[in-house]
Amino acid sequence: MLYTILCYNSEAMVTAWSKQKDDQVMAEHAVGERRLAKQGKLGPVARLMPTTTATTLRDGHDAVVIDGPFAETKEQLLGFYVVDCASLEEAIEAARGWTVEGGALEIRPILYFNPGGELK
Amino acid sequence: MTDMAWIDAALTSARPQAMAALLRYFRNLDTAEEAFQEACLRALQRWPQNGPPRDPAAWLILVGRNFALDETRHLSKQVPLPPDELISDLDDTETELAERLDSSHYRDDVLRLLFICCHPDVPATQQIALALRVVSGLSVKEIARAFLVSESAMEQRITRAKRRIASANVPFETPGAVERAERLGAVAAMIYLLFNEGYSASGGTDHIRVPLCEEAIRLARLLLRLFQGEPEILGLTALLLLQHARAAARVDAEGGIVLLDNQDRGLWNRELIAEGLALVDKALRHRRPGPYQVQAAIAAVHAHAARPEDTDWSEIEQLYAVLEALQPSPVVTLNRAVAVSKVKGPSVALAMIEPLAQPLAGYFHFFGVQGALLTQLGRAEEARVAFHQAIALANTAAEAAHIRMHLDRLMKDSETNSSAEAVSPRSSTRT
Repeated sequence: MLYTILCYNSEAMVTAWSKQKDDQVMAEHAVGERRLAKQGKLGPVARLMPTTTATTLRDGHDAVVIDGPFAETKEQLLGFYVVDCASLEEAIEAARGWTVEGGALEIRPILYFNPGGELK
Repeated sequence: MTDMAWIDAALTSARPQAMAALLRYFRNLDTAEEAFQEACLRALQRWPQNGPPRDPAAWLILVGRNFALDETRHLSKQVPLPPDELISDLDDTETELAERLDSSHYRDDVLRLLFICCHPDVPATQQIALALRVVSGLSVKEIARAFLVSESAMEQRITRAKRRIASANVPFETPGAVERAERLGAVAAMIYLLFNEGYSASGGTDHIRVPLCEEAIRLARLLLRLFQGEPEILGLTALLLLQHARAAARVDAEGGIVLLDNQDRGLWNRELIAEGLALVDKALRHRRPGPYQVQAAIAAVHAHAARPEDTDWSEIEQLYAVLEALQPSPVVTLNRAVAVSKVKGPSVALAMIEPLAQPLAGYFHFFGVQGALLTQLGRAEEARVAFHQAIALANTAAEAAHIRMHLDRLMKDSETNSSAEAVSPRSSTRT
């Protein structure tokens, strides 16, 4: 079975970390990544940019583009894509191709990306 | 689990919101600060035992408010609140209360707190000091060190600024749209000023003061989280990130200045650049250009160039022309002239800066650029005069040392009788 592991924390807290603390956290994550990679169990890994870089498309094809993250609590995270686009404009166009009746698509640039290995 | 580093980060990140809410209750900066400090002390006692609260800001607001109400003996007139020993165990009560107290006001609270610090009645240097003290929570000692003044002088400066604010009567009602936009503009200008104070230190031996830059970025991000769709706030944050990304490359091991053309681009912080570029992208979609966005776009052009010779100078020249139209100033024209020198050569640029001699007579960078352009044209004697004027106006030891390097090179060139072309054009005022 393939699983995703989603990381949550307070952004205000994380941006208040010292560089040293941030490096330490990332190093700890890297240890886990290497361990799983060796076992052939690591897929793509991403650290997202802060929510201030996010843009949200609400409601399907005629989507309204809103600055900022998807902040509602009545919907749940159901899935995600990773796309390689030259600009935000292109990413928005890519997202427009998917229907999200009543839902939303949040577009957030990726800060750190490890494509991972072939899964056994 | 609740280690000191965690508590420290929690207190730092909760500070603006908590201070802003406490300021709204008590309408007095000193009372709000005392209340917040007391709440922090209690957090340091309670959190390691009781575990961290789910919402540190809400906890601090409630505990701080309880304390200050006790202090001012107005408790009887207020809605009763749970005793604060209970609060950290009662997540739901705490969150619900905090939301009732805050959610509708949060944005304007924080904006008001920031705006109070940069009230037009308060001089610019005091504005920055006050914001660092009140919003960022830096100690007077830390701020004094950053501004190279004594602790007592800084204490006085902050006290004076607070007195001015108290008499300025900033309204506590929710601001209207026009007023909100004005406040936002004033706060953005203060953050920009704070960053520049760190980016290009106006005195002392260090050319860059990183903590001031980092604090400015933190405040810009805070502002942006509150006003996600404001293109100029996107632009401001992007600008600061893109400029700060070069910090490690801007100074050499001896503390000397390294200009853009000579920087080791491998030392540029790629993560900050990526975030800055993402924000520029977001801002430009609004098609409502403003000075911060244009400056961020210029910084983005530099960030895109893997090598100095890859820089799209004609794009930069056009962006400076836009900036000149939006916000005419001799300094902007000087910067455009640098871009022009790269596209059309030094003599066109030199003609452009001639009329700036009067308004920029006291400006270090004017003579630095003039000297560099004259050097490129082989007019060594005039270049020497310009460089000497630059040294006389240098703000930091590093600036003076950098110009001396140009002079030494001029000297060497005249000794070996080599041509002016041997001197590469290192004339960007942006480093």
